[in-house]
Amino acid sequence: MIRLDNLTKVFDTPDGAVIAADHISMEVPQGEICVLLGPSGCGKTTTLKMINRIVRATSGKVFLDGEDTSGLNTEDLRRNIGYVIQQIGLFPNMTIEENITVVPKLLGWDKNRYKARARELMDMIAMDAEAFLKRYPSELSGGQQQRIGVARALAADPPVMLMDEPFGAIDPINRAVIQDEFLKMQAALKKTIMFVSHDIDEAIKMGDRIAIFREGKLVQYSEPDELLSAPKNAFVESFLGEDRALKRLNLVRVRDVVSDDIGTVDVTDTLATARERIDSHGYRDAILMVDDRRRPIGVISRDTTASQQGYCRDHTRGLPAVVHLDDDLRKVASLMFAHDTTWLPCVDDDGRLCGQITQRDMTHHLGSRYRSRRTAQPVIDGDRPAGS
Amino acid sequence: MPIRSLSSALKLGAVILIFLAGVWAQASGLVDDFLFYWPDVKYLSVQHLWLTLISGSLAIIVAVPLGILLSRPSISKWAESLMQLLNVGTTIPTLAVLALSMSFLGIGTLPAVFGLFVATLLPIARNTYVGLRSVSPALMEAAAGLGMSPTQRLLRVELPNALYVIFAGIRTALAINIGTVPLAFLIGAGGLGELIFTGIDLYDTVMMLSGAIPTALLAVGVDIAVALITFLIVPRGVNPGRQR
Repeated sequence: MIRLDNLTKVFDTPDGAVIAADHISMEVPQGEICVLLGPSGCGKTTTLKMINRIVRATSGKVFLDGEDTSGLNTEDLRRNIGYVIQQIGLFPNMTIEENITVVPKLLGWDKNRYKARARELMDMIAMDAEAFLKRYPSELSGGQQQRIGVARALAADPPVMLMDEPFGAIDPINRAVIQDEFLKMQAALKKTIMFVSHDIDEAIKMGDRIAIFREGKLVQYSEPDELLSAPKNAFVESFLGEDRALKRLNLVRVRDVVSDDIGTVDVTDTLATARERIDSHGYRDAILMVDDRRRPIGVISRDTTASQQGYCRDHTRGLPAVVHLDDDLRKVASLMFAHDTTWLPCVDDDGRLCGQITQRDMTHHLGSRYRSRRTAQPVIDGDRPAGS
Repeated sequence: MPIRSLSSALKLGAVILIFLAGVWAQASGLVDDFLFYWPDVKYLSVQHLWLTLISGSLAIIVAVPLGILLSRPSISKWAESLMQLLNVGTTIPTLAVLALSMSFLGIGTLPAVFGLFVATLLPIARNTYVGLRSVSPALMEAAAGLGMSPTQRLLRVELPNALYVIFAGIRTALAINIGTVPLAFLIGAGGLGELIFTGIDLYDTVMMLSGAIPTALLAVGVDIAVALITFLIVPRGVNPGRQR
């Protein structure tokens, strides 16, 4: 757990004092990722760096797991906090193994223990220990280097991690891969993480909570869904962008929206049966056909049933697409647009049909959040401009 | 291919020319003339190297810590002005430095070593300072963020990463040093300058060259030796000579 209590930083510049962070108070619960988000110069990085004293706080306190850190010696404090920076900062004079084992060595681990730990970490970040441990950072690609950077921060198994735009310098494709790997690791490790980003999409993807900063002040601190559906003021709204409702698509899984009410036909059914089912379910243009293990394999269109005779298996049209229960709605929307359809069948891990998702369900699900908000929070909220 | 055959033809030509020059030197008795000075060359070369060794080591011992000191953040305010002062120091001709040190310390090895020491000091200090200052701030932040103390940061991160630049400074400084030692003869410290200056005074080209050629060879030899030490000591990850 990380708790900040009125953390403040004032920089003295020739043009007078600049308040980089103004009485920041917040709490990151155990095992969660909190993303500090905001435009450059908003104080998010300063706030992060005050936690491990790279930047000295002017006033205020930092508590880690309930313990006031002001009593700790700086080196001890830092050795118990994982730290990842955007420039990666691997030591070019050391091999990958030496880089990873820096903190364990500082903590005085014995040789066998830190060597074993290096291998364990390489497994964790899915890199081949034999191939990489003896190499030097300059021989690795940017993505590989940042994986090592993360491994180095995790080396002594610190309960808390600070990450300063860790994936900012990596190309978009690799970034997505590393983010996914990192989330997978985090699901197992349950570190308490503060993560600075200026990328809203990254924040929504990575953050259990998002803290929006502006000019040294913490403007809003909430869960991503809450943030997107109820931005506290005009600044947060404009920072999240006009398409913030679309960004919520990332946060909702098919699982949450899927309806199991779906009519199907078997390969052995006749077109007449198909016609009946289309009518009884009120479908406009087609019905889904499944095989004997209830895997979707095609669709029968209404036109076909009207004009043709025979069995379904002979008159099927190809399946536009299927979505998995764990896909997010963004992918679903994209598939719907790509295939010009308003519904898609959903399958489970075995590829068996478990329902459908329609455009209406999606808009309804996203919209219900706004509706409930509007009724629950009338005009009293002071930060909210009237009429919005 | 034509270029390669051209360059190998040039190499072959050079070898033939050197061979012919050797034949001519032997035939004209030049080799015998040079060999006449061989015992002197041996004795003076040792003396020459001693002067370099003593003044050079002293310079390294003083200049590296000086460079480290100047690169510390706590005195960064004055570091650049102090560096300027050292810069001004090098603009004084070495001959003048030798003359000045003679006027304080008299004649012999001591003033020569002192003069050479002063001349060698700056390139090493400068490179140490610049090498340490140019270690990327990101590395320094990472080192601090991982919990290294200032001393650990210096020894494990800063110095290893600046080592190549520091050694480049030592290389330059020692080459200058060897080339300057002949001047030390003028204040009575011996060295190969004895043959060079006496040769000039006597219009004896062979004698002068018997001093000059070994001086040049020593400079090249020391340069190669330091390059070799650099190659071996600087960690592979930050050693341009050892990257695959």
